[in-house]
Amino acid sequence: MTTAASASAAGTALAAKPATMAQALGRALRDAMAEDPSVHVMGEDVGALGGVFRVTDGLVKEFGEDRCTDTPLAEAGILGTAVGMAMYGLRPVVEMQFDAFAYPAFEQLISHVARMRNRTRGGMPMPLVIRVPYGGGIGGVEHHSDSSEAYYMATPGLHVVTPSTVEDAYGLMRAAIASDDPVVFLEPKRLYWSKAAWSPDAPTAVEPIGRAVVRRSGRSATLITYGPSVPVCMEAAAAAEAEGWDLEVVDLRSLVPFDDETVAASVRRTGRAVVVHESTGFGGPGGEIAARVTERCFHHLEAPVLRVAGFDIPYPPPMLERHHLPGVDRVLDAVARLQWEADN
Amino acid sequence: MKKSNTAVQELPDAGAYMPTPPPAWKPRTDPAPLLPDTEPYRVLGTDAAGRLDAGLMRRLYAELVRGRRYNAQATALTKQGRLAVYPSSTGQEACEVAAALVLEDRDWLFPSYRDTLAAVARGLDPVQALTLLRGDWHTGYDPREQRIAPLCTPLATQLPHAVGLAHAARLKGDDVVALAMVGDGGTSEGDFHEALNFAAVWRAPVVFLVQNNGFAISVPLAKQTAAPSLAHKAVGYGMPGRLVDGNDAAAVHEVLGEAVERARRGGGPTLVEAVTYRIEAHTNADDATRYRGDAEVETWRAHDPIQLLERELTERGMLDDDGIREAREAAETMAADLRERMNADPVLDPMDLFAHVYAEKTSQLREQEALLRAELEAEGER
Repeated sequence: MTTAASASAAGTALAAKPATMAQALGRALRDAMAEDPSVHVMGEDVGALGGVFRVTDGLVKEFGEDRCTDTPLAEAGILGTAVGMAMYGLRPVVEMQFDAFAYPAFEQLISHVARMRNRTRGGMPMPLVIRVPYGGGIGGVEHHSDSSEAYYMATPGLHVVTPSTVEDAYGLMRAAIASDDPVVFLEPKRLYWSKAAWSPDAPTAVEPIGRAVVRRSGRSATLITYGPSVPVCMEAAAAAEAEGWDLEVVDLRSLVPFDDETVAASVRRTGRAVVVHESTGFGGPGGEIAARVTERCFHHLEAPVLRVAGFDIPYPPPMLERHHLPGVDRVLDAVARLQWEADN
Repeated sequence: MKKSNTAVQELPDAGAYMPTPPPAWKPRTDPAPLLPDTEPYRVLGTDAAGRLDAGLMRRLYAELVRGRRYNAQATALTKQGRLAVYPSSTGQEACEVAAALVLEDRDWLFPSYRDTLAAVARGLDPVQALTLLRGDWHTGYDPREQRIAPLCTPLATQLPHAVGLAHAARLKGDDVVALAMVGDGGTSEGDFHEALNFAAVWRAPVVFLVQNNGFAISVPLAKQTAAPSLAHKAVGYGMPGRLVDGNDAAAVHEVLGEAVERARRGGGPTLVEAVTYRIEAHTNADDATRYRGDAEVETWRAHDPIQLLERELTERGMLDDDGIREAREAAETMAADLRERMNADPVLDPMDLFAHVYAEKTSQLREQEALLRAELEAEGER
C-alpha cells in the first residue's frame, strides 16, 4: 500500500529505497537514542522481539537492555515507572502495544503524566513519549482497534500527535522525543506497512509539534483529517475530481496543540469543510474541530461543517469493521451533501 | 444422547493424572528468608534498647514531639478555615519521622497525602508542605531541590514513580535510594502490585513503607485484605517483608535503616509494614465514632510513640527534664511560627493558571490567557 502523499514525495527523494512507516519510527527511536543517552525505550516485548510491530527492532542489540527494556506486562507500571525515570532526568519512550491496552495506564497518564509540570510550577517536567498503536483496518480482534484520541485530547498537559506519512513518522517522533512535555504518539496501525521512498540518511525535517499541513490544495471544500484517514481523504479527493470537485486535504498531524490557523485559512479559502476520522463521532474529535472551524469561519461558510466518523458503537468485530470505518464513498457522500446545502 | 462415531481421545485415568509441573521445575527462591516474623519487631522495652545511640534517640524524640505539635497545629488551622482539610498523622509520628531520618540528602522520599510530617521532618518548610491542603498551589516546593516527590493524593500511584526514579538513579551510577510511603488501604490498589513487581524484577533500590493504621477511612484492615499481614505480600514478589511496631520509633528507624542500606548495596527492595494506629479521624471532615469504639482508641493511646520513647530514654538516662523541656519549647516555637505565617493571606497570581501547563503555551492557551487578563483588568477598573 502506498499513500498518495508519500507517492508524490517519491519523485523528490533521490536514491531513497522504499521504507515503511514502522521502519521510519524505529529509525527515529534509534537516532534519538544514539544522540542522547538519556533516551530509554521500554515496554512489553520491545526487546528481543522488536515489538509486535517490529518498530523497536534492533534497539536492544545496539543499546543494551538498560536502554531498551522488556518490562513486566503491566501498563500502569510501565508508565508509572517511566514517570519516576523522567523525574530523575531520563527521557523514556514507552510502548503500549495496542490502543485498548493503554487503558490500565490512564490513571498514571491523567493524574500524573499530564499534570506533573503544572503541579510543580514547572519544577518537574515530564519529557516522555507514550507510543500507542491505534485504529482499525487490520482485522484485529476486540481491544486491538480502538481510536482513543478523544480521551487524550480532553486531558490538558498532553500533546497528541499522529503521523500519516513515512517521512512525518520520522520527523514527528524526533520532535516528540525532543519535547520537554509528554507526548501521546498515536501510530496508525494500518499505515505501519505503507511505504514511501524515504531514506534515513537523507535529511528529514523534524517538524515542530502543532503544525498541520495541506496535503493537497483545492478550492471546492476542505477535508480536515489525520492519521489513518489521510490516505482515505487523498483517494476521495482524487475521485472527486471526476465530479468537478477540487478538494483540499488538511492533515492535522497534531491534535493537541491544534493548528487553528492552517485549518481556518483553508476553510476560509474553500468555504466548505468535512472532518474525517475513524473514531466515534459523538463526543469525538470531529465535534471539537467542527466547532472551532464554525467559530472562526462562520461568515465564510457556504454549508454546515460536516463530520464523517466511525459509528457510535464499540469497535466492531473485524468481519464487520469495513462497514464502520469511514471509506472513500462515505467521504464523497458528505462532500455531495455540502454541494446540496450550497445549492439550496 | 446418541453415541458419537468420532473417536474420543482417551484421558489418563484420575489416578495417573497429576496436575504438577514437570520434574525440571523448581521454585526460584526459598520463600522462608523473605517471610516476616509473626510478631512486629520491637526495640523499646526489650534488651535491644541497651544498644541505642543516645544522640540519635534524642533527635528522634525531639522530632516526634515537634511532629505531634505540628499535627495539632495543622488540625487547628482547619478549624480556622486556613486549611481546606488536614489528614492528621497523630499516633503515627514514629513512622513519619523515622522515614525522614533514615534517608541521606541524595535519597528521595515519596509521600502520600497523610505524610506531610515526613516531609517536614526531612527539612521541608512547614508552610511549603501545606500549600496542597491550603489550596493555594498543588505543590509548594521544588521536588528536585528537596528530593521529596509531590504529596500524592491518588492512592499508591506514587509507588511506581519511586521505583522508576530509583531504577534511573542506579542506571546513572548514583547510589540513591527511594523510600515510598503508603497506607494499608493503598495496598489494595493495582499500582501497589505493579510497583512491587517492577521493583523486585529490576532489583530497584526502593523501600516500601506501609503504615498500617487500621483503617482506610472507615474500612478496617480485616475488610481490606485476607493476607496474614501486609508484610507477607512481599514474598509473592520475591522481596523480603518486615513487620515492625510502628509506634516504636527506635524499631522503625532500625528496620527502615537496614532496608535502605540493603537497597543502597544493590540488595533490592524491601516491604516494611509498620503496625500503628490513626488516633484522629481520617481527616477533620470524618466522624470516626461511626466505625470504631472508644475502648480501642484508648488502648492505642496507651501505646503512644512519644511516651514509649520518653519512658525508655529517661529510664536509661539518655533524656532528662531539660531535654524534654527543650523539645517541647522547640515544638512551640515551630507551631507559633507556622500559625503566624499561615494566618497571612497568600498572594496569588491568577495568570499562573496558564504558566505551567506546557513548556510553551499553545495558541489556545494564549487566547484564554488574554481573556482572563482582560477580565482582571476590568475587575481592577471597577
